[in-house]
Amino acid sequence: MSAGTATAGKAARRRSARPGSLRLILNNTLATGGLVVLVLICLVAVAAPILPLPDPDVTAPASRLAPVFSAGHWLGTDHLGRDLLSRLIWGTRVSLAVGFFATLIAAIFGSLLGLTAGYAGGRWDNGIMRGIDLVMAFPYILLALAIVAVLGPGLLNALYAISLVNIPFFARNIRGITLGLSRREFVDAARLAGKSPVQVLFTELLPNVMPVIVITMSTTVGWMILETAGLSFLGLGAQPPQADLGSMLGEGRKLLFTAPHLSMIPGLMIFALVMSINLLGDGIRDVLDPRLRAGSLTRPVARTEVMREQPVPAQADGQAVLEVAGLRTEFHIGSSIYKAVGGVDLRLAEGECLGIVGESGSGKSVTALSVMGLVATPPGRITGGTAWLEGEDLFAASDERVRQLRGSAVAYIFQDPLSTLHPLFTVGDQLVEAIETHSDVPREMARKRAAELLALVRIPNPRQRLAAYPHELSGGMRQRVCIAMALANDARVLIADEPTTALDVTVQSQILVLMEELRRQRNAAILFITHDFGIVSAICDRVAVMYAGRVVETGRTEELLLNPRHPYTARLIDCVPVLGEPERRLEAIPGRPPVVNHLPEGCAFAERCPRSRLDCRQGEIDLVMTGAERGVRCLYPLAAGERA
Amino acid sequence: MVPYIAKRLLAAVPVLFGLTIIVFLIMAMIPGDPATAILGSYATPENVEKLNRALGLDKSLPQQYLIWLGNLLQGDLGRSYTLNRPVLDEVLERFSATLILAGAALLICSLAGLLAGIVSAVRQYGWADKIITVLVLVGISTPSFWLGLLLILIFSVSLRWLPVSGMYAIYGGGDLPDLLYHLTLPALTLSAVATGVIARLTRTAMLEVLRQDYIRTARAKGLKESRVIGKHAFKPALVNIVPVIGIQAGFVIGGAVYIETVFQWPGIGSMLVTAISTRDLLLVQGGVLVVAAAYVLFNLVADVVQTLLDPRLR
Repeated sequence: MSAGTATAGKAARRRSARPGSLRLILNNTLATGGLVVLVLICLVAVAAPILPLPDPDVTAPASRLAPVFSAGHWLGTDHLGRDLLSRLIWGTRVSLAVGFFATLIAAIFGSLLGLTAGYAGGRWDNGIMRGIDLVMAFPYILLALAIVAVLGPGLLNALYAISLVNIPFFARNIRGITLGLSRREFVDAARLAGKSPVQVLFTELLPNVMPVIVITMSTTVGWMILETAGLSFLGLGAQPPQADLGSMLGEGRKLLFTAPHLSMIPGLMIFALVMSINLLGDGIRDVLDPRLRAGSLTRPVARTEVMREQPVPAQADGQAVLEVAGLRTEFHIGSSIYKAVGGVDLRLAEGECLGIVGESGSGKSVTALSVMGLVATPPGRITGGTAWLEGEDLFAASDERVRQLRGSAVAYIFQDPLSTLHPLFTVGDQLVEAIETHSDVPREMARKRAAELLALVRIPNPRQRLAAYPHELSGGMRQRVCIAMALANDARVLIADEPTTALDVTVQSQILVLMEELRRQRNAAILFITHDFGIVSAICDRVAVMYAGRVVETGRTEELLLNPRHPYTARLIDCVPVLGEPERRLEAIPGRPPVVNHLPEGCAFAERCPRSRLDCRQGEIDLVMTGAERGVRCLYPLAAGERA
Repeated sequence: MVPYIAKRLLAAVPVLFGLTIIVFLIMAMIPGDPATAILGSYATPENVEKLNRALGLDKSLPQQYLIWLGNLLQGDLGRSYTLNRPVLDEVLERFSATLILAGAALLICSLAGLLAGIVSAVRQYGWADKIITVLVLVGISTPSFWLGLLLILIFSVSLRWLPVSGMYAIYGGGDLPDLLYHLTLPALTLSAVATGVIARLTRTAMLEVLRQDYIRTARAKGLKESRVIGKHAFKPALVNIVPVIGIQAGFVIGGAVYIETVFQWPGIGSMLVTAISTRDLLLVQGGVLVVAAAYVLFNLVADVVQTLLDPRLR
């Protein structure tokens, strides 16, 4: 690697490094807003004794029920003439303190229970969790009420009640994490080093579950403030003359019609407090919980976004059923652009089977999915080229037109039939749906047709199988169902994306034989994506080998297998073990495919190629056609019989 | 399916027994001597002892529990001393009012929450999603008792559209339109928080489902987007949402305590609050027990619905 690219790589790594948690929270506008409001409220509440406020409990009957913005009383006075602003700030102090301590108590006891149950396991775990299930069988607020009923009304009792009913939340969360951690090696190591269970619990496990405790605290403290305020509102919490926001609201309610500000203002304060805490809590959770960030990339839209930067290439071959020309598909993730497909041309004639071969990440699946706009957007985006389906530019067609063509003119068969079939609908429902989407047939006809399709793909007892759910079938049967579904509407083109990869070898060959037969019977064109040259030789007429998002070699199957010209193709073929030739050396290709957001100049394979020379790493290397169907993207291709 | 439901029902029995133990213990832990509390501090020791025997308080705690449980199974929850009527009668009467209120709120929050969550997920990061996300946050951060007062000020006092309180009009009411007229504000208030929670969860669940391979299959089949979202994505999402709706039922019934107080709805929540302040503990005990049992049964229903939706759980 040259000095220039080395520093560029380092800079990129530095940029992608995770910034600190606080900075991540501050990047989130809403969370920052919450933090600012919360800090302001807390500062005012803490500073209450030194602020120039009238005594919140001094009554002044003369100036009772003063409205908002009266002289000397910004927020007016209550029914006893007490200054509302002062009472609000002192009340906020009480509510904050109660919420905070309730959370702390619940966190401490809940975490202790959770840690014990998760670490001790067995009978302890069972006992503790049964008890917790029982407590959770009560509606939350009801239990708090029952506890207050026993202890008697009062702020402290309300605090105890609220923390008690929240203990199960902490215990459950912490137990789950602890259970996972306590089976890990570092815990065994600590135990073997002679630490007592209590030591292991507090020095090994506690630090690791701390983030979960913090998340749970930040998401429950808002609730606790709300609920203690609620108990006070009902007259079961703070008792006069002591006042928190809830009891102020409860007192103000009695004068709702004559002096609404008495109840509205404390309520607004509770709302502001809880809202700011929740905003901040969400921000903290998003930063600390990596699962939530992973999912934020893909947006579920019906069709891949098309933003073609270059003019649309003209159709080269009027005979082709499907022609892909100059296809470019990119993934925009953060500031990086991954060029998954970098200008791919493919042609598929009627009844022909074209194989696309390549390692994982070579862009073969993305190419196949791009044809009918099935790449997730964002991050996916088609930035160039086109796909002609019998003369129609698919990327220029309307969404509705593409929808009509999907499943009828072009049908897909995907890799893992367990995840691609819908788990909650019967096989029959899914087949009937595929038929009914594209033709207006009565339900009975559609069911009959569905059974015929199942028979066509050699599923025994097709009528009965219609009522089966995917999980009730074997892997091979499921893939047959997928194929049947693809055949439902006499598609002109079948796109099979590694349809046999998830299956047993014997089932694999059955599926291949089946597809081959169906191709002959129906004269459908097949685009067959695979990483397996064995499959290619069994079913494909022609092959295109892909590397780093481009076709590097193409040709008729026998010819390409016999005389690979691109060093990559040759090495790929050498990776295939051959039965009966144990002395043959299996050679893995050294190195790894390039990351498609940092594609090197020149040939993408040069880094791993034993034959690469200086000019391999410069400029654009074209796919040179040496025959009508034979082409190779290499400056120094192998001669016939030569080994890479 | 039937054996599964039977199994679930059987599993609920120990939970229900557990509930009775907890409720009994909570009441048994009350400090002070009930007989003295009833007779006053000037009662003679003989009278206190007599009453203790009459109340069964001279027996051991497990014995007391068994007697209490026996009475409970015969539908005897004791007499409320403030109302001078059987606790069970009062509790059932009040609970039916709460069921109407909580049922309406649960219906509103399920429909609104599911709809908002779906829109939010389908338009992820779009303006509709942003508005819904903020509304959801506002919903779950608003004290419901305050929201109730605010809605009264707006819709009853200023606009005079809806009544301030009560379940039926005092004169000439009692029919369904009258009930709905009185139900609107409290039900809406009560559903606010739960709507937020369900919307939030629905969004997450839908986004999770929309990433699945079978959604890509549905689109590759050429299904209309409305069908992809409404059928193929919604059903699996619902499997995860139904139990949460079950849990929300508990929050809604609990939240009814505030709303019934605010709107003077004659439900079990306002009864409990009154009973706690008047120390009518048998009434508290009966109310808590009935509501908790109903909650257990409701979660059972949610479990069964979940199983009906997902054949893999059977």
